[in-house]
This record gives sequence, C-alpha cells and structure tokens, in this order.
Amino acid sequence: MEHLLVPLLNGTLVAATPLIYAAMGELVAERSGVLNLGVEGMMLIGAVTAFGLSFAGYPAFVAAVAAAGAGAAASLFFAILALSLATNQYAAGLALTILGSGLSGFIGHRFGSNSVPPIARIHLAFLSDLPVIGPVLFAQDPMVYFAWLIAAAVSWFLFRTKAGLVVRIIGEAPGTALAIGYPVLRIRYLTTMFGGAMAGLGGAYLSLAYTPLWVEEMTAGRGWIALALVVFAAWRPGRLVLGAWLFGGVSVLQLFAQGFGVRLPSEALSSLPYLATIVVLVAISRNPRTLRLNAPLSLAQPFVPER
Amino acid sequence: MIRIQLEPRAEPVRFMRLGAPILALVLTVIVSAPFLLALGLNPISTLRIFFIEPLSSPNGISEWLLKASPLILIALGLTVGFRASVWNIGAEGMYTIGAICAAWLALHFGSAGHVWLLPAMMLFGALGGMAWAAIPAFLKTKANTNEILVSLMLNYVAALILSYLVNGPMQDPDGQNYPQTASFDPTAMFSPLFDGMRLNGSIFITIAAVAATWLFLERSFIGYKLTVSGAAPTAAGYAGFRQSRLIWLSLMVSGASAGLAGMMEAAGPLGQLTPVISPGYGFAAIIVAFVGRLSPIGVVFGGLLLSLLYLGGEAVQMSLNVPASLARSFQGMLLFFLLAADVLILHRVRIVRR
Repeated sequence: MEHLLVPLLNGTLVAATPLIYAAMGELVAERSGVLNLGVEGMMLIGAVTAFGLSFAGYPAFVAAVAAAGAGAAASLFFAILALSLATNQYAAGLALTILGSGLSGFIGHRFGSNSVPPIARIHLAFLSDLPVIGPVLFAQDPMVYFAWLIAAAVSWFLFRTKAGLVVRIIGEAPGTALAIGYPVLRIRYLTTMFGGAMAGLGGAYLSLAYTPLWVEEMTAGRGWIALALVVFAAWRPGRLVLGAWLFGGVSVLQLFAQGFGVRLPSEALSSLPYLATIVVLVAISRNPRTLRLNAPLSLAQPFVPER
Repeated sequence: MIRIQLEPRAEPVRFMRLGAPILALVLTVIVSAPFLLALGLNPISTLRIFFIEPLSSPNGISEWLLKASPLILIALGLTVGFRASVWNIGAEGMYTIGAICAAWLALHFGSAGHVWLLPAMMLFGALGGMAWAAIPAFLKTKANTNEILVSLMLNYVAALILSYLVNGPMQDPDGQNYPQTASFDPTAMFSPLFDGMRLNGSIFITIAAVAATWLFLERSFIGYKLTVSGAAPTAAGYAGFRQSRLIWLSLMVSGASAGLAGMMEAAGPLGQLTPVISPGYGFAAIIVAFVGRLSPIGVVFGGLLLSLLYLGGEAVQMSLNVPASLARSFQGMLLFFLLAADVLILHRVRIVRR
C-alpha cells in the first residue's frame, strides 16, 4: 500500500500548489471586491517568465521572484481598466487572459521544447526518512512550503490585522470605506497586484517544478479552476487549501487510475478535473444562502469615487 | 502622484460608440510597433504584410470572408447573451460539439448521396451546440451555478471528447492511424463558390443569421426584454420578465450559432475532423461581439477585423517567421484598448497631478 500511497499523496500536494498560489491571490482580490478573470493569462505570463530566466541560467529563486513581478505587472493592465476606468470587470479580465495567452506564446516561441532542471526537493536528515509522512510532508520543494506559508499569511492578514479588515470592508461597502477615509482604489490596486503576483508564482511553479518545460497554454485551465476554487471555498483561505488538495487529488488520480486497473480512455480521465470543478460549483451554489452570506457584496461592481 | 479621474458626461457621445473600435485599432497598431522593433522587424513593412497583403488578391479576399463567417456567426449568438448579461464563454466547446454531431451524420450517410444530408448536418450541428449550451443553462437556472466557469470548463471537456473520437470511434479506418476522421463525401460538404478558392455557400447562412438576429434584437419584443434585463435586471424583474427564460434563450441561441459555425467549418474548409478544429474562434468571437458594439451589423465589421487579424498572423508567420501567437496578442490588446476607449462614451477622462 505504501508504494501507492506515497506517490499519491505526494502528487496531490504538488498538483495543488499552483492552485493554492493562484486562488489565494484571487481570494484576496475578490475580498476587496475585485473579480479578475485574467488569472489564466497572468499564470501563463508567470510561467513563461520563470521558464525563460531559468533557461537563461538564473537560479530558480530569481526566476520565481521575477514571475511574481511579471504577474503583478500584467495585473496592472486589468487594474487600469477595471479600477481607474471602471469598465466591466468580466470583459477586462477576459482581455487580460487573451493578452496573456498571446504574449506568453509569443515570448515562449523561442524556447522550443527545451526543459530546465526541476527545483530541488528539500531533504531533512531525520524527518524526511520517516515512513509515509517523511517523503510526503518533509521532502517537498521549497515552493510547496511557501504556498502553505502564503495561505497561513493570507488567513492571518485578512482576519487578524486591521489592514485585512479594511480590505474586507472595501469588498463589502466601498462607498462607506471611502467615506471613512480609506483610499478604496489604491487598496484595490494593491490587492489586484497581489493576485497577479500569486498567479505569476502559480505559473512559475508549473514551468519550474511541475513540468519543467514551456508548452503553449501549459496552464490548461488551472487559472479558471482557481477562480472556481475561490467560490468553492466561500472566500475562506482554510477551505481554499482543502479545496486545492481535493483538486490536486483528482488530477493525480487520473495518473494512477490505469495502475488501479481502471479501463477508461485517457481523455475521460483527463477531463476529471474540469468535471469535478463543475460538480463542486453546483454543490456550493445550490444553497444560495452560503454564497450570499460569504460573497463580498461589491464583487465585480465598478466603483467610481464621488467627490 | 498621478491619478486618472472620471467625470460623467451629461450625455453619451454617440460618435465615440463607433469611434472607439477605430481608436482601439489605431492604438493597438501603435503599441505593437516597439514589440516588432524589439524583434528586429521593420514595423511599417510588418504591419503592411499583416493588414494589407492578405487582402491584395482575390484568393486573399476569399480566405478573409471564409474566416470571418464563423466568427460573425458565433458572435451573433454571443451578442444575444451579452445583451442579457449572460456571460457565455463556452462557444469554443459548443462549436466543437456541433462539428462532431454534423461529422457523425456525414460519415454515416456520406456515400449515399442524399439531398437532405447537408441540411440535416446543419440541424445536427445547431442541435449539438444547443445540447452543450443546455448544461450551463440548466445549472444556472436550477442550481444558480456561475455560467462563466461552467461554460469554460466544458470547452476543455469538448476538446477531450473530440480527441477521444478522432483517436478512437470516429478514426479513419484507412488513415494509417492518424488522429483524424475519414474525409467527408462531397455531398456532405458545401461546394466552393468560385473555382480554386475555398469560400463556400455557407457564407449565406451567416448573412441570413445577421438579418435574423437584427430582426430579433431590434424589432421583437423578446429581444427588447433581453436588452432590458441585461441593462436593468431589477426593472426587468418588476416588469415580470422571467430571468430563467432569458438565460435559456441566450444560451440556446449562442449554442445553436456556435454549433452551426462548427458544422460549417467541418463541412467547409476542413472536410474532416482532426484533434484541433478551431484556431480559437470561440474566444475571438467574444472580441468580435464587443468590437461590434453588441449589434448585429457591427458584428459583421468586428468579424471582418478579427478575421484579418488571423490572416495577418498567418502571413507574418509565413514570410517573417513571427509566431502566430502575435495575432492573439493583437486580439488581447484590441479588446483592452476598446474597453478603455469605451469609457470615453460616458465619461470625460482627466489625468490629475497632485
């Protein structure tokens, strides 16, 4: 059993990591009332930036930081439209996804089918050698742990700090927040850029660790799954991590299904994460009260400050 | 500190409604120049190859209309939904399922030479797209599920179904194991309008659809209800317009049009199914709908513009070896600038220094 359990759990945590990054960033943005459908595009820009730098010989750390920067910069395209110009947020996010997909393909064209050495996993002398939990919990690469740190930090920030409270107030009632004196748009810019940076990191994880190569559209809908995860998590960081693990499990299961003797076409197994997304969305949306109680009230609504 | 400040205008500026797409195109071209320079390309000659060269021959015009046709047809359906604020971004999947359903008919009855085959394929294509669109419609109306995410997820599922079919049940038995179906019989395909060119009779379907959509949106009461419920959902509620009916209607119309577009592509330039049957028409059609100002006549111009972007992308790829994703970057930039320019319709934009 152990020879199956370890890779299964291991693969689940790894597959969940890009989702945790991207969805955690989007969660913060949505908590402030900003719905950015450009996650997929920002992830692609992060992925191509990280791969390019790693391919050019820069260390993975530099590549990941640059990917976060690139994701944040990309989110500014969205922010200028949706925040400063108060356009429809759906359309602005779609524009960013299309732009990100085009630009990343354009930049990544020269990388051909090269690959980079994957990020090294941490090995701790004693802990990593424990049975099952050793290789699963104590021998991941640093970006897996950093994702957990981000999740804990977001949870602490949103619910234990005053700044986090301000972000949530802006998401519920931007008019009131402005009247009290908080710079609504500036704070929304920051949360949007945080979302971009995290999406960039999620993309970087894909091209540096998950499959250390560049393929056009390599995110394969993970940005959209991240958006669904935020809804599934009812905008709560803890539930989001659980959701990401669930999805990680589903996407890893397809790799093991053949091993378990499941005779289904590979396409049926590959479609599992997408179908699972629909199923969880239905499950969470069926009870409108859950959504109405948790969704930030001003989500996706353009806000023009009155003076 | 520089700040962008919006001041509402007393009245919307009408010419900006039409001027915004032109302004957006000009800005896209201007912004792309440094990119091209960075690649060591001469921006002027590159843009000439991109925008002018594709249209400089009769065959180029044929290709232009051939690509514009599915874009316009899909965008017409999306326009209906977007007017009602139903955000269907799953046209790509509906297109794929429509093409599959039509292909099934073509492969089964192709050799018999029935006159009804092509009309039946059109019907199957439209029904296939509608069936696929029924999933988000059902889930939205019955379980309150977000149609954006559901319709998008279904794009991936549809692509996987197509991949399964062309590698398995629908694979050409004499095709040396290539992932593709057998070629359709000529009776299962639209015949070319002119010798040696690929433009075919299916363009008349699109022309008819433009007229039908115009009548529906601008002259029918249901079309009016759609627009009202998109612009003012609460008011529409008070007037007794049932939201769930409008959601169903929007998704059925866009499903039928995208499915029909998939059928036209399969029974036109493709003539068979392969693992990839769309260069992203489903997404490009979203931009077409916006460039077309959510009006059926405008969508025609939007479709012609986006079709030109595809052709230009192919042209620079062939003659300058620039990756085809340049065209997708242009699409994204175009939508970006269009949304920005649209702000000028209702607002005066001031840049304030403090």
